Amino acid sequence: MISLRAHKISPHLALLPMALTALVAYIGGALWTLRTSFTASRTFPSDDFIGAAQYVRLFDNERWLISLHNLAVYGVLFIVACMVLGFLLAAFIDQNVNGEGFLRTVFLYPYAMSFVATGLVWQWLLAPGAGIEGAVRRLGFENFRFDWIIDQEMVIYTIVIAAVWQASGLVMAMMLAGLRGVDPEIYKAARLDGIPAWRVYLQIVLPMLGATSATVFLLLCTAVVKLYDAVVAMTGGGPGTASEVPAKFIMDHLFLRSNIGLASAGAVTLLIPVLALLAPYAYARSRKKRA
Amino acid sequence: MSHTTLQPIAPAMSFDTAPAARRKRFKPARIGIYAFLFSAALYFLLPLYVMIITSFKSMDEIRSGNVFALPMFATVAPWKHAWSQVSGGFWNSVAITVPSTIIPILVGAINGYALSFWRPRGANVLFGVLLAGAFIPVQVMIYPLVWMMAHAGVFGSLPAIVLVHVIFGMPIMTLLFRNYYAAVPHELFQAARVDGGGFWRIFLQVMLPMSLPIVVVAAIMQVTGVWNDYILGLVFAGRDNAPMTVQLNNVINTTTGTRLYNVNMAATILTAALPLAIYFISGRWFVRGIAAGAVKG
Repeated sequence: MISLRAHKISPHLALLPMALTALVAYIGGALWTLRTSFTASRTFPSDDFIGAAQYVRLFDNERWLISLHNLAVYGVLFIVACMVLGFLLAAFIDQNVNGEGFLRTVFLYPYAMSFVATGLVWQWLLAPGAGIEGAVRRLGFENFRFDWIIDQEMVIYTIVIAAVWQASGLVMAMMLAGLRGVDPEIYKAARLDGIPAWRVYLQIVLPMLGATSATVFLLLCTAVVKLYDAVVAMTGGGPGTASEVPAKFIMDHLFLRSNIGLASAGAVTLLIPVLALLAPYAYARSRKKRA
Repeated sequence: MSHTTLQPIAPAMSFDTAPAARRKRFKPARIGIYAFLFSAALYFLLPLYVMIITSFKSMDEIRSGNVFALPMFATVAPWKHAWSQVSGGFWNSVAITVPSTIIPILVGAINGYALSFWRPRGANVLFGVLLAGAFIPVQVMIYPLVWMMAHAGVFGSLPAIVLVHVIFGMPIMTLLFRNYYAAVPHELFQAARVDGGGFWRIFLQVMLPMSLPIVVVAAIMQVTGVWNDYILGLVFAGRDNAPMTVQLNNVINTTTGTRLYNVNMAATILTAALPLAIYFISGRWFVRGIAAGAVKG
């Protein structure tokens, strides 16, 4: 009898740590943040409910608006560049080239490095006078300018450059795995029909990589929302607030500016696009599993 | 660059086996392919190259010379200086990474096993929450976790940062093991049940021994993830336990006066050395780990 009971209890017991984590840390944490976003919490959490005032303040805050704008610019460029570059690298590597293993290693190694290390390397390469700018000037082009990292208008693009360098290898690896799953007969048939290779890739193979592309896209989207380390390491959000991003805005208001209420409103706002992206994906997957 | 004559098309091949070298006539399209791959390789290698050469230069040489030029008088002084600044962080990172790798993998393996074979009630709901947990920005959960840990009296300690890594690592590890066990024939599990194996016995004697490949993949993912973490270490580890990434950023971004680029680059390489070594040694597993972790669910 006892052993029979143990059989029923053990799986639940085993899942208890995870269930507690899900309940306390994830659901509890998210609800706590949601609740706090409706209070006047400053240095410490308070129970002084003020309705949606924090959200109103948030969207009156110039820094937050800049950070949202930056995230949009960064997000679109980062995702498009990673997917295009990643797919091109995969497609070219797929052409039966020599040194495939070497090339795969070269394209993917940045992904093993932290965003902090990545950011610092690019900060140094882009340093006005010392980095690429200095090197080109030394070649005799004395008026050459590549000082984006201290230019308010251009600084966000430097973060795109570094982030694409770090992450496009990942896209390459996943796309390549997808390409290797395509039936070789398709290439043969297309060749017999005299269809040029670029059209085969664009019109036949690419649509077949739909599931891979969706996963890559979702992965890149979540990476965009989480963007923090690279900005801290490269620009610290500067010059001024020109490279501010939402994750950094939230962290600063939580820990440096003692404005937990405002930060929580920001965190909830950040959560909405993630859930909006995740919901259709989860729905599609659950439908596919049932079918 | 013209893509229109990108022929002949190579047959698709399996990911890991090198293609048998087929003699090809050299066509302009092949030159285009190699030109593209070569210039792409330059873009990817340039920062690594600059990092390495800069770390062996003296500051005088950096000030007077070209950023891309090889060092004229190579010196290891910057490396010694860099190590003296980040060695504490290195050992902190080791102390954080070891338990933060072992515990989530163990918990993830048990969870994955329980979810795929025993299917207790509420498992699907739990699974859905975890799936969402893998994607939600940590900022949503950071303050409540700080608050909880502060009240439990562990905030800013080694156990705190390990606990946070366990909390955020568990979903992905669980998904990984669940997917792996999903491919194990259910008959094997049924046979073990018929033989009188209980929950833990089947796990320890049947499932765990055959989990080595996925354990390796999970370990690579978790080690690189924890080692490269910045934000959680910054918030939860406290000053005395700050991981290498946090110390590196402090060293470089709070220095007043001249920037010691050579020391900075040596420190950056030191910080990236462990995950890079893992990648170079176990490249194939690394790729597999990424692919497995990327296909969440």
